[in-house]
Amino acid sequence: MVRSKKTTKPSHKNFEPKIVAFCCNWCSYPAADGAGVSRLQYPTNIRIVRVMCGGRVTPGFVLKAFELGADGVLVATCHFEDCHYMFGARRAADVHKITEKLAEMIGIEKERLKLDWISSAEATKFAKVATEFTEMVRKLGPSPIKKVATNNRNKIREGIE
Amino acid sequence: MNIKEAIKKSRAYLCMECGKCTGICPVSRFNHGFSPRVLVNKTIRSGNLDLLKDKNIWTCLTCKLCDERCPAGIEYIDLTLATRLEAQKIGEEAMCSHGGAAQSLMRIMTTPNLEQKRTDWLDKDLKVTQSGEVVYFVGCLPYFDVLFSDIEVNTLKAAKASIKILNKLGMTPVVLPQERCCGHDLLWGGDFENFKRLAEHNISEIKKAGAKKIIFSCPEGYRTFKIDYPKYFTCDFQVQHITELLSEAISNGSLKFKNFDKVVTFQDACRLGRHLGIYDEPRTAITSIPELKFTEMTRNRNRAICCGVSAWMNCSTYSKSIQLARLREAKETEAELLLVSCPKCEIHFNCAMKDERAGKDVQIETMQLVTLVAELIEES
Repeated sequence: MVRSKKTTKPSHKNFEPKIVAFCCNWCSYPAADGAGVSRLQYPTNIRIVRVMCGGRVTPGFVLKAFELGADGVLVATCHFEDCHYMFGARRAADVHKITEKLAEMIGIEKERLKLDWISSAEATKFAKVATEFTEMVRKLGPSPIKKVATNNRNKIREGIE
Repeated sequence: MNIKEAIKKSRAYLCMECGKCTGICPVSRFNHGFSPRVLVNKTIRSGNLDLLKDKNIWTCLTCKLCDERCPAGIEYIDLTLATRLEAQKIGEEAMCSHGGAAQSLMRIMTTPNLEQKRTDWLDKDLKVTQSGEVVYFVGCLPYFDVLFSDIEVNTLKAAKASIKILNKLGMTPVVLPQERCCGHDLLWGGDFENFKRLAEHNISEIKKAGAKKIIFSCPEGYRTFKIDYPKYFTCDFQVQHITELLSEAISNGSLKFKNFDKVVTFQDACRLGRHLGIYDEPRTAITSIPELKFTEMTRNRNRAICCGVSAWMNCSTYSKSIQLARLREAKETEAELLLVSCPKCEIHFNCAMKDERAGKDVQIETMQLVTLVAELIEES
């Protein structure tokens, strides 16, 4: 982990990463719900955005999250054979490959992106993935993308924060 | 520039409501809710919130066809640009196609000290340098290549072909490793602040490389560097499109081509044609290929129809209709190959053809002009 050493500067000591998680309505979101109900602990750095299907998450979603200041993005879908829409989880995997390539090309580390398959019964897996991913991003340090500000964008960000 | 000034500058007050702009507008042909005439009128009459909140100001393709047709000589697209810049200030935004991926990429690129890995595609047989007189501006091609890999459009072919042509002409171009997007799409989307940031990055990168001349294969980048950059920034470099370079080389006799036995037609990109007036250069390059049969589409040169979407905004069923109509026109010429000069034309036409409902009558092979030329250069 050479990179983590390089990026962990004193100013990042108390760094709390902002992570956006796109969770599918049928598997991963109920898993997150289940984690809450069974009182499993996972970091509060994860901000969940519910989507109807993991296949709906296009490169645009992920890049927008980075543009607005996210330090990591997690896409969580159903397992391939459980997908509510038959092909959605596979599409999510295909699209994720494109997103990963774009992110790497523009200078975002590959490790800041994660795709995982979490069924609605796997609340423990959700908590585990969330914890591990948060720790990974914490090691990487803040995102290299400087927050982009325009009149319009400032308004959007004020709404988020 | 506020809207009042823009009206004066673009001479919009001369509008006599003849409606010829609406008659020729490729969008109005399919989208009956959109009319350039109504929009110009609205601008003159109100020019306030009512106008800025109108979604139709983002629908215009800025293809400049109305400018060509207007008997009063109104500079319609300059007016549209000024309106969009004002609208963005009050928080209005266009609907971005592809989930806003392209716009996000551009806005991310405004970050200083960004470490892009955008030159991985350079092969060993392409000669490039770190600093020199001539820069080849790649633009967004590496990103489009990945983003549109699902519709099997390989936009990087044009970049490789352009460098091959430059090498053949005895030039070793600089390819900037930290080059940014030219900002064309952000400017036309009304986001001037980020356009300015991108432009400043590009100008400083080019100055660092010590270049005096920039070569483009993308018409949008060329337009932005030639018309928009000098308007807002001080930049003292010469810009040239690769087809201009090609036609010079062909008239010198320094390039010879192999035979190519196919019927070919050509799509004029709006930025290259109507915006910059380059019609003859690409045609010189095409017609100098031996045995190639060149046919023109019914609407060609300054009357050519746009590929249906500009600046990754507002792609809709109307865009698809425009694209299919243009593809049918290309098929009517009985051409086997449709040559395009802009990567976006290639992406949009291929996307329209991939549609299941498009049918067999619009399927035609598309290729970028530079790619074909580079393939056919005779080894000497």
